[in-house]
Amino acid sequence: MKEQILKEISPNDLLTEIMKIKNDGYRMVAITCTNKNGMELTYSFDKDYELLNIRLTTDTETELPSISILYPYSFLYENEIKELFGVKITGIMPDFNDNLYKIPVKTPFGVNE
Amino acid sequence: MGNRTIVPFGPQHPVLPEPIHLDLVLEDETVVEAIPRIGYIHRGLEKLVEKRDYQQYCYVAERICGICSFMHGMGYCMSIERIMDVEVPERGEFLRTIWAELSRLHSHLLWLGLLADAFGFESLFMQSWKLREQVLDIFEETTGGRVIFSVCDIGGVRKDISSEMLMKIKTVLTEMEKELKETTSVFINDTTVKLRTKGVGVLTKQMAFDLGAVGPMARASGIEMDMRTQGYSAYGKLDFKPITNDGGDCYARTRVRIKEMFQSINLIRQCIDIIPGGEINVKVKGTPNGEQFIRLEQPRGEVVYYTKANGTKFLDRVRVRTPTFANLPALLETLKNCSLADVPILILTIDPCISCTER
Repeated sequence: MKEQILKEISPNDLLTEIMKIKNDGYRMVAITCTNKNGMELTYSFDKDYELLNIRLTTDTETELPSISILYPYSFLYENEIKELFGVKITGIMPDFNDNLYKIPVKTPFGVNE
Repeated sequence: MGNRTIVPFGPQHPVLPEPIHLDLVLEDETVVEAIPRIGYIHRGLEKLVEKRDYQQYCYVAERICGICSFMHGMGYCMSIERIMDVEVPERGEFLRTIWAELSRLHSHLLWLGLLADAFGFESLFMQSWKLREQVLDIFEETTGGRVIFSVCDIGGVRKDISSEMLMKIKTVLTEMEKELKETTSVFINDTTVKLRTKGVGVLTKQMAFDLGAVGPMARASGIEMDMRTQGYSAYGKLDFKPITNDGGDCYARTRVRIKEMFQSINLIRQCIDIIPGGEINVKVKGTPNGEQFIRLEQPRGEVVYYTKANGTKFLDRVRVRTPTFANLPALLETLKNCSLADVPILILTIDPCISCTER
């Protein structure tokens, strides 16, 4: 299997980095959120089977811009992360306002047991 | 501007194997927009990683979905094996590949049947599922289960397949191939099938790439992308190429899946011909520490498994990005400007697996 690259960035550099990646012809694969020592978001991209992961750490209070202006289909991942983890992602197009999943508990993945 | 109405589609609908809701905004009989609502079968399986240790989670992973069950188990096991640097014996890899391709075969047969049912071709639906029963019988004889197999384990597989059984699988598949040719020729050549699928839901190559489509949905638009070409498991030792079609419509997707069924039979034959003897698993000791992304080619497309471990028996995170989740935006795009009568066909064309999508 091809190499997996991991690059850590600051939340402020998110849109700039994603724009470079889009211009390089990468396909977005997934956005993963892990609730451990803050909210760790990993944006995964693919080009010719090489996986490029861009990682940033944030929290549930700081606003994070949506990348749906660059990758329109990221709206599903961002809506899911917002609803399940409580990360404040702004500008998602379209934003389901926490109505994507039918869950009775608010931000269930945002709570560590 | 014609009359605008909103018609709810689902969560219960005769054509839907699993619940999903779409609000279809219609202008007369044309769909202008489709707004999805999912979550009817969200089970919080990723959250369960906090309660089940990394070995128990294998049973949870394969219960994400009944159709893609084996490959979910395989993907999860592979991610742990990569983190722990565990090398699965070669025979174990070949057995995994055989079961994976059998899963692909039965999944595509299931889909073909549902497609036939969607446009009212009941006899073709029955014939497709009759063929599928033969694959399920093979699963039952080799694993003990028809839907959930529980044969994939960290370090290899739990059960072996004897040489006699492998020969029997080859014989059954050879017989099935003849019937499959007859059944699939109806999908390819029948006038009514062509009328309902040709030119319907066209997704160009650029659109498919821009919308992140994967699997047969992408390959039917001319994108040559298949994770099996990366050589995981025993695929590196097999001779095959991704199957593509430039049509981009429902008919093209049907043709791609039909060809993939024959390709799966061929891959299983290749595995049976060259499978080595030896061990089928290795003992795994200790606990994983690290993280890994694993990508497999499920019947519906690329699945991504992300696993993060912290050195204890409980994992920090398991994340599954399933192919249906990736294909939903492409579905919503193809629904725009389609006729209301074509909606069931278009939804089925992505081969939706909502259990996988919602987890």
